[in-house]
Amino acid sequence: MSVKINEKVTWRDITPGGTIYDAGNSSEFKTGDWRVLKPVFVEEKCKQCLLCAPVCPDSAVPVENKVRGEFDYDHCKGCGICMKVCPFDAIQMVSE
Amino acid sequence: MPIRDRLSGNEAISVAMRQINPDVVAAFPITPSTEIPQYFSKYVADGVVDTEFVPVESEHSAMSACIGAQGAGARSMTATSSCGLALMWEMLYIASSSRLPITLACVNRALSGPININADHGDSMGARDSGWIQIYSEDNQEAYDNFIQAVRIGEDERVMLPVMVCQDGFITSHGVENMDLLEDKEVKEFVGEYTPKHYLLNPQEPIAMGPYATDKYYMEHKRQQVEGMKEAKEVVLKVAKEFEKISGRKYGFFEEYMLEDAEVALVAINSTAGTIKATIDEMRNEGKKVGLLKIRLFRPFPGEEISKALKDVSVVGIMDRSETFSTQGGPLFFETRSALYDNPNRPKVVNYIYGLGGRDISTKDIRKVYEELYEIKMGKEVEETCTYLGVRE
Ligand code: SF4
Ligand code: SF4
Repeated sequence: MSVKINEKVTWRDITPGGTIYDAGNSSEFKTGDWRVLKPVFVEEKCKQCLLCAPVCPDSAVPVENKVRGEFDYDHCKGCGICMKVCPFDAIQMVSE
Repeated sequence: MPIRDRLSGNEAISVAMRQINPDVVAAFPITPSTEIPQYFSKYVADGVVDTEFVPVESEHSAMSACIGAQGAGARSMTATSSCGLALMWEMLYIASSSRLPITLACVNRALSGPININADHGDSMGARDSGWIQIYSEDNQEAYDNFIQAVRIGEDERVMLPVMVCQDGFITSHGVENMDLLEDKEVKEFVGEYTPKHYLLNPQEPIAMGPYATDKYYMEHKRQQVEGMKEAKEVVLKVAKEFEKISGRKYGFFEEYMLEDAEVALVAINSTAGTIKATIDEMRNEGKKVGLLKIRLFRPFPGEEISKALKDVSVVGIMDRSETFSTQGGPLFFETRSALYDNPNRPKVVNYIYGLGGRDISTKDIRKVYEELYEIKMGKEVEETCTYLGVRE
């Protein structure tokens, strides 16, 4: 069963109880709009050790072909865990 | 063939549970509903049912376990009373909003404090807006019959809502009565297998239940839940018709007792309806045209139908066994009176708060109420719309 849950869905079509039938639907929901601090990626300092990616609770550090990319600000909550874990100061937290 | 037996209301529910043979029963003991899981756990121990019995450490956990089990695809049940129901509060809403047709036996008891263990509708009335279907039972027979029907009502695809079947603590839960039981086979066939469309243990369809709904989605969910309630009315009648076929016993939204030509009438729920019927029988013998409307289905509230049933009565007294502290009356009063408001020749409506914490109510008390309704009919000024019956002044 595949029902597109978005801000246009009516009460008739929304899934009962909000049950989610498709994996990975978080890509359709921008939940990262209430940060106070935001991580900034300092690319030249990054050694691609990839320690930051698995610790992010919101999967907001995308990795492709073993290379981390720019933060996914649609989902990043600004918790700063990635900054703490980065051994090379390649992540800075700044005011949103 | 009906089986004649004499059982307490709690035994009757546990027999219904045994005959239904649910997948999961999770419960925590609380007076006066303790006996239900107690009797039932013996059935489990004796192997006469193959239910997974989950003895939990609180009612919050009991409802949580039912939610988890029902979500996984298992038919789940529990029983509770009073503060036990109050402790389930948070989870009651999760059950209904997740559209999980759990069945709960609620044995009505007063809420603390001061501590009191007797009949009072404060517990279930407090849960009336939690999205559960609520059915009330006058006696042991009705508790048994309603419980079996509840399974089918809640699980109907159009409804998919949890159902609470209420009866009065001690008065019916512990009072033994002669009653007719259905054959095990009949109950089994009547309730059938629980076959949810979507469930967590289905390997063909991995799903996530109970997600976060922001303001962009929450209202659509609530509106959809209301639709389940609206549909429930038709389903309640459909299930009642089918139940009549196997039991010979008729059920509807409410029962009208001598209401057709009644000049004054009472509206009540649960066991007091029996006391009122006895009073009506006495008074009818004296030529007084008194009647009763006993509400069976309280959620959803069959307002239009009630209004129609009371259209020719000039004075209606509404009996509430719970207090709202609004200082304007009880919950049954609010809803019934509101339903009557659009009636072009709406009757005079007064409210009696009675029987709190198990205070006895006799035919003598009911007679006094009917007499007062007659006085109002004859033109007596109503000083206070809501009064207390049986309180020491
Ligand atoms: S700040 Fe927190 S949420 Fe944002 S990318 Fe870093 S770890 Fe993830
Ligand atoms: S932890 Fe720091 S250095 Fe390692 S990949 Fe992440 S940003 Fe780059």
